[in-house]
Formats: sequence, structure tokens, C-alpha cells
Amino acid sequence: MNASATNHVPAHPAQALHTAYVEAGVEKRRVLWFGLAVLAVCVAVSARVAEISPMKLWDHLDALGSYVLRILHLESGQWVIADPVEWFWGWKKWLKLMLETVLMAYVGTVAGALVAVCTCFVASKNITRRVWLVFAVRRLLEFARTVPELVFALIFVLAFSLGPLPGLLALAIHTAGALGKLFAEVVENIDMKPVDGVVASGGSWLQVVRFAVLPQVASNFASYTLLRFEINVRSAAVLGFVGAGGIGQTLLEVIRKFYYADISAILLLIVVCVMVIDGVTEWVRHRLIGAGHHA
Amino acid sequence: MSGNKTPAALAMRARHAAVFQPYYRRHGRGLGLLFLAVVVWLYGISAMEVSGQRLLKGVGELAHIVGLMLPPDPGSFAAVVVFVKALVETLAIAFLGTLGAALIAFPLGFLAARNTTVSHIVRFFARRSFDTLRGVDILIWALVWINVVGLGPFAGVLALISSDVGSFGKLFSEAIEAADHKAVEGVLSTGGSRSAALRFGIVPQLLPVWVSQVLYFFESNTRSASIIGIVGAGGVGLVLSEQIRTLEFGQMSFMIGLIWLTVSLIDLACSRLRFAIIGKRAL
Repeated sequence: MNASATNHVPAHPAQALHTAYVEAGVEKRRVLWFGLAVLAVCVAVSARVAEISPMKLWDHLDALGSYVLRILHLESGQWVIADPVEWFWGWKKWLKLMLETVLMAYVGTVAGALVAVCTCFVASKNITRRVWLVFAVRRLLEFARTVPELVFALIFVLAFSLGPLPGLLALAIHTAGALGKLFAEVVENIDMKPVDGVVASGGSWLQVVRFAVLPQVASNFASYTLLRFEINVRSAAVLGFVGAGGIGQTLLEVIRKFYYADISAILLLIVVCVMVIDGVTEWVRHRLIGAGHHA
Repeated sequence: MSGNKTPAALAMRARHAAVFQPYYRRHGRGLGLLFLAVVVWLYGISAMEVSGQRLLKGVGELAHIVGLMLPPDPGSFAAVVVFVKALVETLAIAFLGTLGAALIAFPLGFLAARNTTVSHIVRFFARRSFDTLRGVDILIWALVWINVVGLGPFAGVLALISSDVGSFGKLFSEAIEAADHKAVEGVLSTGGSRSAALRFGIVPQLLPVWVSQVLYFFESNTRSASIIGIVGAGGVGLVLSEQIRTLEFGQMSFMIGLIWLTVSLIDLACSRLRFAIIGKRAL
């Protein structure tokens, strides 16, 4: 850009700088173009594998429109808003199922968080010195986290039979894995001086955890757990798809049987519920983080 | 401790009375909340019909199933080929879903951020739409898209995009709101236009966050993409649910192992890539 300006000063130190600048730019641009080319190849290959066809989407967009219109109309042909009583005819049953869903998420989250709290100290290199133990616990947490909860739910439904119990166990295991990793990261980032203090005054491992680590990490733990609770409510809403309790089973039924107005009613119930929980947990988290700063 | 009774100690107690109150009084509200949480939890346990007997029986059954699942056994080489194909499809779904959602959410994020939005009404509706998109699970989106484009991986990609636009939009708009405003002022003060201020003042601050979030989501989307097959939207989920229905436990554990391995590898690759692109910075 400034080539013409610097070119007027031959054999000047600025010349060398300018050449270096241009060269650096060339190198950077080459990396950028190479990266973009790799990305383009990946996109092309994936698009082929995933049978992407924008034409198909374009052709069927009216189908999406008519689907949306259909779920927004009652069987009588009225808009759903026109007759909310008819729209939410099953609200007693649905609300009960939604509460069961939230309760399932809550029990699962708390159980998983408890397991995560117990294991995260053993998964942190700065608190636990036995390398093999840290490694083993980390792999275990990774396994719990990587396998989707729906897969756990499928297996648990076989073992524990239908109902919310397999769902909440699946949620608990997945939560333990996800939170265990996050908690361990928090613990590895703590200030080590209190730990040294407790160790120097003869504290045991448990006392180190209780008096040196826990006070530093408690508010972060609570914050992550609340975040997870919100995620779990959303997951719990679909665990019923495989028969693991909650509102999911009813939702799958009405979608498969094309009870259009019921689909929108149940979806609205889920979305509102998730939004409310989202708002409440965010408010609590802000207060927690604020309290953490004052302490 | 006898030291507590010396006059100096007593004087200190009197001066800092608040600190020396009994534990339950200092943390009254927190303990109350904790009590409430425990009560709700116990109620939940009883409402879920979690009895010791049922748990014990289930754990026994589970041990039996795990026994059947070990050792992992794909059965035949042809089955392995099918698994790997399904896995590649899963990866393709996750990749396109993440990228598509990130590209769509990037401009939308500006509309939902307080400092760059066009008007407050637009911001309000953008945020509520993000919440709605996010509030519906990927599996439900998959069911909806199957109605539109039919069974197959394409529905899965669209489902991932639908759900992730909501998450990305929220994250991006928060990142834009948290961006340092000084760079924008700098561009404006040198006579730059509003769009130049966005391009040179905000976007450079945003790119690291954007890349980092996209990489995080690619990993979690791989996991999501591996289950949407359960409702027929492509990927390994279909194979997996078939195996569970036909009780092919050896194949099932082989498949789960493959998913575990793939997600771990992607996790590793993504964190490497993240460090390579944005440097070792805490984000």
C-alpha cells in the first residue's frame, strides 16, 4: 500500500523494513489461502457425503411453510391463538410431564454434580500427585462425557425398564463427565498458596481440599452446575424419545401421529420452560459471580 | 483453645462481631437455599420411583448387559465398513452443520448486540428468536426437517444449523457487546464510516472468539450428530439404534468405542487448531 512512499527513499533502513513487511504479509496470505483451500475441499467432500442439495431444500421450502402453518392451526381450521383452551386442551397432562422433565433434569444434574465434585480433585494434577490416578480418572470422565446421554438412556432403558429412572441416570452420568472436566480445569487454575499453607501446617489431603481448594472454587462450581442444569432440561425433553421419561415420548407421539396443534402447544411449553429456567439460572449465576468477587 | 479467652481476643471478638457469629447465622440464607435444594432433590428421588430394590435389580441387569457387550466385536469386516461409512457421514453432518450455523449467525449476532444493532425492537426479536431456536432440541429439529426434506443426512445438517444458529447468535452477540469500544472510536475519529468501524474496530476482536467457539461446537456437534440417526436423520445413530433393537451388544460396544475414539480425536485436533490459530490465550 505504502510502496510508492517508501520507494522514494532508496538504501534507507525503511527499505529493509518495508521488504520484510511485504514478505511477512505474503507468508500470512499464503497460509490463509491454503487454509481456505483445505476448508473448501472439506466442505465439498462433506456436502457429497451428507447428500446436501440446496435445490431439494428450495423445492421443499413450501413444505416447511405449510408444516409451520399446519401446526399453527386447530383441527377446526382456526388459528391456534383464536382458541387457546382448545389448543392447550391437554395442559394438565402436559404440564405434569414437563414438571417431571424438569425434576428429572434437576435430580440428574445434582447427582452428576456431586459425582463430579468428588472426582474432580483426583483429576487435577496440582492436587493429586499420582500421575496414573489422574490419567485413569480423566479417561473415565472423558468416556462419560463423550458417549451421548441418549445412548446411555437406550442401554439403561433395557436394564431399568421404561420411565424417568433410566433418563435421570443417563443425565447424571453425562453431567458427571462434563462437569468433572470443567471442575478439574477450575481446580488446576487455583492459587496454590493456600494449599501450601495447609500442607505446611500438617493438613491431610482432605483438609487441603476442604480448606484450601473448596473456598476458591465453590462459586465457579455452582455457576457451571446451573449452566449444566439448563442444558439438561433441554436434553431431558427428548430423552422420552427412547422411553426414558419426561415429555419427549408424548411429543414424539404427536409428531408421528400428525396431531399438528398439539405439536406447537407442547413445543411452546418446552421453549417457555427452557427460557424461564435460562433466565432464572442466569440471574442466580450473575449474583453468584458477584458474590465471589466480593468475598 | 484457651487463647480465645484473653482480654485482647475478647476485645477483637467484640470489634468484629459479624465475623465471629456462629456459622449458621453468617450463612443463613445460603443454608436455607441448600436445605430447599436438598428437599426438592429428595422429593424428585421419591417421585421418580427410585427404590433401592429397583436400583439393585437394574444394576444387576446392567452388569449382565455390560458382560454381553464385552469384548467389543464388530462381527465381520463388512460391518466395520458400514460403521466407518456411517461415522464419516456423522462427521460430515457435524462439520457442515457447525460451519453453516456459524456463517449464518455471524451477521445476525450484530443485530442482537446492544452496541451494533439497528434498533431495540430488532434486538429484542433477534434475541427471542435465538432463544426459541436454542430451546428446541436438535432431535426435535431433525424430526421437523425430516418432514421437509425427507429422511437422510441432509435433514441432520439442517437440524444442527437450526439449533446452533441460536447458540452462536447468543454467544457472538455477547462477544460483540464485550468488545473494546476504543478501537471503534479510533476508526470513527479518523473519518471511517460505521461499516468501516464494524469491519476494522469490532471484527478483528471478534474473530478469535468466533474461531474458538466454532471449534468447541464442532466437537459437541459430532456427539449430537451421532444420535440424530435415532430419528432417521443420518449418521451412526441409525446403526446404533438398530443394534440396540436387535440386541447386538458386541457390535454396539464396538460402535460406542468408535464414537468415543472419534470424538476424543476431534477434541484433541480442535484444541490444537485453536491454539495454532489464536495462540495460547485463555478464552
